[in-house]
Amino acid sequence: MITIFRKELADHFTSIRCLILFLLAFLVSAATLYSAFLGIRGTAETEFVFLKLFTTQPTGIPTLFTFVNFFALFFIPIIGIALGFDAINSERSGGTLSRILSQPLFRDSVINAKFLAGIVTLSIMVVTTVLLVSGYGLRLIGVPPTSEEIFRLFIYLIFTIIYGAFWMGLAVLFSVIFRRIGTSLLSSVALWLFFGFFYILMIAPAIANAIVPTADGTAEALLRNYELQLALLRFSPNFLFLEASTVLLQPPLAGTLLGVIGVIASGLAGWMIPNPLSLSQSILLVWPHFTSLVSLTLICFAISYVAFMRQEIRAT
Amino acid sequence: MSEEIIVETQGLTKSYDGVTVVDHLNLRIADKEIFGLLGPNGAGKTTSILMLLGLTEPTSGTAQVCGYNPTREPLKVKRLTGYLPEKVGFYDNLTARENLKFIAQLNNISDAETGSRINELLAAVNISEVADLRVGKFSRGMKQRLGIADALVKKPRLVFLDEPTAGLDPEGINQILDLIANLPQMGTTVVMSSHRLHEVQKVCHRVGILSKGKMVIEGSLADLGREALAGARYRIEVETIQPSSQLVDIVRGVNGVKKVESKGNLLLVSTDSDLRAEIAKIVVQNNFPLIQMKIQEFTLDDVYMKYFHEG
Repeated sequence: MITIFRKELADHFTSIRCLILFLLAFLVSAATLYSAFLGIRGTAETEFVFLKLFTTQPTGIPTLFTFVNFFALFFIPIIGIALGFDAINSERSGGTLSRILSQPLFRDSVINAKFLAGIVTLSIMVVTTVLLVSGYGLRLIGVPPTSEEIFRLFIYLIFTIIYGAFWMGLAVLFSVIFRRIGTSLLSSVALWLFFGFFYILMIAPAIANAIVPTADGTAEALLRNYELQLALLRFSPNFLFLEASTVLLQPPLAGTLLGVIGVIASGLAGWMIPNPLSLSQSILLVWPHFTSLVSLTLICFAISYVAFMRQEIRAT
Repeated sequence: MSEEIIVETQGLTKSYDGVTVVDHLNLRIADKEIFGLLGPNGAGKTTSILMLLGLTEPTSGTAQVCGYNPTREPLKVKRLTGYLPEKVGFYDNLTARENLKFIAQLNNISDAETGSRINELLAAVNISEVADLRVGKFSRGMKQRLGIADALVKKPRLVFLDEPTAGLDPEGINQILDLIANLPQMGTTVVMSSHRLHEVQKVCHRVGILSKGKMVIEGSLADLGREALAGARYRIEVETIQPSSQLVDIVRGVNGVKKVESKGNLLLVSTDSDLRAEIAKIVVQNNFPLIQMKIQEFTLDDVYMKYFHEG
């Protein structure tokens, strides 16, 4: 397995695809860092200033383009899909699968090595990007991170890697199921768009409004509608990650337990009453998100694994 | 060729969704033999090879390859066997040498041994000059040559070659056939699947013809030829005008004639030796005009067509 793992890793790091992703990461980091710097410069807050590098935007720019939101909605799903959508079907269509599997190795070594190499590549990309933002951010704002902020960033990194592994697992699954590379790519992108945008912005609110209308404007109806919407939104892996990121990197906002939905579109974060959660409380709050994302990733991988092991290997 | 049996199957069967692709295949291949597996598309050749390699599980029946059961001990079988798939694929971003090195690493061959082994093989298949070029730039023929080197990189005891000469030019075909013909001397048994019957005839010691998943005939080329041509080795075509049944009987009486058939103005005579002079004499003596005579030794095509149609 280690031979295939090494080859996969070398392939990832020498591919144009990976180069483009690194370039994208660099540009996104630079852009979000600069706008975060502008946002931080305009505030007088002293708590969690370093974390604001990842979460703040100057007034007037949609909060969709903070580092955290961009990571959750765009960058990580794209990396995950890019690393997995042709993992198996490219080997099959290229005629290399039967060649490799006729060598003395277990069949699962191939999918395990590919998945592992993908996760390592993803981890390197994510860690590099976060370190880049942290390093340059430190120079820009001149405020070093506290130990709690470092811990929060560390946990956020683990979350991000698992979230990326989920998208990669899903893309690998499609690459096992679909023989055509285009089909597996389109399927992965379609699911990303569905869960990342349509479901969060349109479908979940619509369902919640249909079940619990808020036309009468009572506080009880509004609260029930909000709770239902939140429960529905948690079916989206993108939202799970976004919510966990908010709790971890925006402790004052997470303390209100409100407005996580609104963060995406309306930029209401600045209006929340600061009530920061401690690190342990934050971890407690995101633990279900963590287990859900891990479960989703494992389910995707397990289905890919079983499907791959049961597939007939034909040269043509 | 030795007496040791390296491949043996008993009732090997594979079905997909109720459709039987390989039907009770019984096969015995001796060590250091070159065995040709023939048959039309969809006859079950590739599926048989995949079952023997342990890449697909048989629905029923058993197989022993190099002394191991490929279903239960696939790694042991794969360690001793090489495989050239019909549509061989390589990593286009790697050079020919790197592709072979990757396979050598998967087989835990030491780096010291790998280098010299790869150089030998690249020279044998005549692609040493392009060894350090990326495979993405290779032509189909070059990839096919590399595929043969790839199948041999682990010094297999048994190699399965699925259409080994596909995509090669005539010179390349001859080189590869010479290489294949020499493999038994290097201790490698060859199972070769091909549609090019004259190539199979050139190198194979024995052949088996698969049709609709069943082995319809198996044996040495000489035996199969005799069987296809009614036990004879030659076919003599005698062209005359309206040969009578009396003439057929007279020709049949010539010593050494095995079979005589009449087709229009042609007499098709199967014999064990060149009896053209004797037959010509009899035809003329019986007042039939002799327009022309042709003699041909049996070819694998005769055997193939006979059993393919029967299958």
